[in-house]
Amino acid sequence: MVDITVSITVNGTSQEKDVEPRTLLVHFLRDQLQLTGTNIGCDTSSCGACTVHLNGEAVKSCTVLAVQADGGTVTTIEGLSKDGVMHPMQQAFMENHGLQCGYCTPGMVMASIGLLNENPNPTEEEVRLGLEGNLCRCTGYHNIVKSVLAAAKK
Amino acid sequence: MTMTDNRQNTVIGTRQLRREDPALLTGEAKFTNDLNLPGALHLSILRSPHAHAKIVSINTAAAKSSPGVVAVYTGAELQSQWAGPMPCAWPVTADMKNPPHFPLAANKVCYVGDGVVAVLATSESASRDALDLIEVQYTVLKAVVDVEEALSDANIIHEDLGTNKSYTWNLKIEATEGCVEEAFQNAAFKVSERYVQQRLLPMAMEPRAVAAVPQPFGGDITLYSSTQIPHILKVMAALTLGIPEQQVRVIAPSVGGGFGSKLDVYAEELLCMALARKHGLPVRWVEERSENSMATIHGRGQVQYVELAADKGGKLTAVRVRIKADMGAYLQLVTPGVPILGAFLYAGVYDIPHAYDFSCDGIFTTLTPTDAYRGAGRPEATYAIESAMDALAREMNIDPLELRKRNFIQKEQFPYLAFSGLTYDSGDHLQAAEKAAGLADYVGIRAQQAKQNVPGAKKRLGIGMSSYFEMCGLAPSRVLASLNYGAGGWEAATVRVLPTCKVQVVTGTSPHGQGHETSWAMIASEKLGIPQEDIDVLHSDTAISPLGLDTYGSRSLPVGGVAIAGACDKVIDKARLIAAHQLECSADDLEFAGGVFSVKGSPDRAVPMAAIAFAAFTAHNLPDGLEPNLEAQYTYDPPNFSWPFGTHMCVLEVDTETGQIEILKYVAVDDCGVQINPLIVEGQVHGGVIQGLAQALFEEAVYDTDGNLKTTTLAEYLVPAASDVPSITTAHTVTPSPTNQLGVKGIGEAGTIGAASTVINAVVDALSGVGVTYMPMPASPQNVWRAIQSAAKAM
Repeated sequence: MVDITVSITVNGTSQEKDVEPRTLLVHFLRDQLQLTGTNIGCDTSSCGACTVHLNGEAVKSCTVLAVQADGGTVTTIEGLSKDGVMHPMQQAFMENHGLQCGYCTPGMVMASIGLLNENPNPTEEEVRLGLEGNLCRCTGYHNIVKSVLAAAKK
Repeated sequence: MTMTDNRQNTVIGTRQLRREDPALLTGEAKFTNDLNLPGALHLSILRSPHAHAKIVSINTAAAKSSPGVVAVYTGAELQSQWAGPMPCAWPVTADMKNPPHFPLAANKVCYVGDGVVAVLATSESASRDALDLIEVQYTVLKAVVDVEEALSDANIIHEDLGTNKSYTWNLKIEATEGCVEEAFQNAAFKVSERYVQQRLLPMAMEPRAVAAVPQPFGGDITLYSSTQIPHILKVMAALTLGIPEQQVRVIAPSVGGGFGSKLDVYAEELLCMALARKHGLPVRWVEERSENSMATIHGRGQVQYVELAADKGGKLTAVRVRIKADMGAYLQLVTPGVPILGAFLYAGVYDIPHAYDFSCDGIFTTLTPTDAYRGAGRPEATYAIESAMDALAREMNIDPLELRKRNFIQKEQFPYLAFSGLTYDSGDHLQAAEKAAGLADYVGIRAQQAKQNVPGAKKRLGIGMSSYFEMCGLAPSRVLASLNYGAGGWEAATVRVLPTCKVQVVTGTSPHGQGHETSWAMIASEKLGIPQEDIDVLHSDTAISPLGLDTYGSRSLPVGGVAIAGACDKVIDKARLIAAHQLECSADDLEFAGGVFSVKGSPDRAVPMAAIAFAAFTAHNLPDGLEPNLEAQYTYDPPNFSWPFGTHMCVLEVDTETGQIEILKYVAVDDCGVQINPLIVEGQVHGGVIQGLAQALFEEAVYDTDGNLKTTTLAEYLVPAASDVPSITTAHTVTPSPTNQLGVKGIGEAGTIGAASTVINAVVDALSGVGVTYMPMPASPQNVWRAIQSAAKAM
């Protein structure tokens, strides 16, 4: 297969790279741009650890080919802080102990921001349902839910 | 919180936000697979598709010429790399049978996922692509899937052993031999139960990853691994590979959860090291989730036979336990010891002076090896005794909480010398149970239940409980010796005050989500009177922290944290000599508070730690004979295990038509002694409870009769999502441990230990009115519905 050139704006910077057609967006981000904050936790799009924003929407970057993101805009966990200040969602996770090992956390934060974009004032049940595509093994979700509800009030 | 001691802590006990979080929240943290290693070769492993088969031939020619492939190795071709087989550090009996286990199988495969061929290539995709080009011919043998059938030895897995039984381990109290039998003969009430602890997949969110970096001209090698045990791994890897230990450095970068599954020495770690040395290049490997399901250890896997005897008042008089423990195909690092860790806890929190009889058979099957998984033996034991207590309450037709109250070891009985010779250092089970009952509205729920659970009710209400004792803080080295464990149970710490009064705390614990950096800095700050922000915590790199026994078994705080406090004491002792020298007084005349030494009764004659640190550094004016610098190393060997305890309660509704369970309330009252950081304690309880609840309701490693694992992905293996589980009501009692200076006990496993039996007891409680007395785990809608139907037929 011949490599394909893609042009994707990642965290505000335009990136033009050659990729194999089978390259997943998550591998493009991790291997070609060294943006290793986006994690891989499964091979079945079940865990959500790789969630990023593509054109403003939360997507699992293991289910998107890099070529599908061509011409698009991607935000990863590395692109959330502004001037050294964490995004309110990142702050809410810290303030509410919404993470332990931190491996699901980048995906969980990106999914949570996506959730609030669609529903700025969710109930606890709506948060739990909204995050059902993102698995965490450490927190039992209690403090993740608390974090998202706290961020909604910010 | 009920504080029963008079510690004057100002930092310990406060809810500090975690210093670990910013790096993890911004993507700055580096997990093993995030490391950038130019020129690294990628390892992929062809795994056995059969549970039990002889390897007839392997053809690697096509794979070797595949693009990007550097080398392909079979097990036979790598056999010369190993100085010995992979380690099992816990030969629980002198005659325990332990088949040789090498990183790649050479002659036969013994489980689906057993490694057969290693491929090295210049990229991950190239090494994986080449796996498809390898041809292996097998002669398939009969799989051995059922642990009890395995005991018949109809199909022997490891022919040289002549049996599928690895060991039988007994805990009998010789002085009172015969009294168990007598107690059962004289019992007014007896129960005899069989429980199945289904196999579980640990499913840490970070799959395992390894990178070995050789220095071909220096002879040294650095192993990066997603491990809980860099120190133990260093020793074991050096021995297995025949490399001098001082030439091996092991680093655990950020580690994405472990739960026991990264408490092991794995084939891939040894393969990466051996191949990196052979090729003189870095070699890396990362696990796919389906590999994680097959080739990372499994948890639980026990069949338990539990009998209780009680007098007419319901007072327990004897406990008899027989365990059939599924080892899987091989013994990993502590596989045989897992059920032994539970062996002492089948009497739970109850006063059973001596009539105790425990025996466990460790049995091989052709399944993935089992090993420690969150709680390791103790959740199984707690499940058995707490489920059997409910069975006894049903037998006697009395309230299960009342039955427990009649049997609790009373507060005044502590320290309590148990039948096993172990001393339970402290406890107040009644207080924890009453607190949980209050928070769960036990009385109100019982009243509501009487109204709701009428004949024909569609939704039935249940309340279940579990009162647990945890034996953690592994462990007194001499006790471990008596159990044939292959290492000690101490932990090491170094506290180093730098010239500018900043502090490095070096610990032998190896965190992977527990927040040690935050908590250890709190301990050192409390002890030294130095602000937390001036204290760094260094860990998980054997070059920086050469001594340690790592993180597992809820040991980090009650052993490692206490070691830090001890090192701080040594630093303060030395600083006191310097202060006395500067103030021209006797060291005995000084008091130390808030980071300042002052003369008793003359608070203006004082010298702060900052001045002492600088004086120790310049060494211009130290007492005669005193070494420069302000640093101390301390190794703490605990005098006893620590004994956290608590009571959990769960209120739920079961839909008898669909088998669906809805949890209405989960209450966890835990007592881990003094809490260093209550925020972290609560987080550990939340996560632990959901992991135990997941065993009760969702998770099971399902095998078919040919030994194929049918739940290899997160689409099939049901790790619960946020929408599947409730919020948790947490509360605490505080009964400080009298055996360590901090009064701490450990909290990492408590939630898991309490939860599974709590939830299942609630399910059975809800359905007892329709004749259900046993509920297999997981209580999936299907299993619940079946239990209701078969109870209806039997009625």
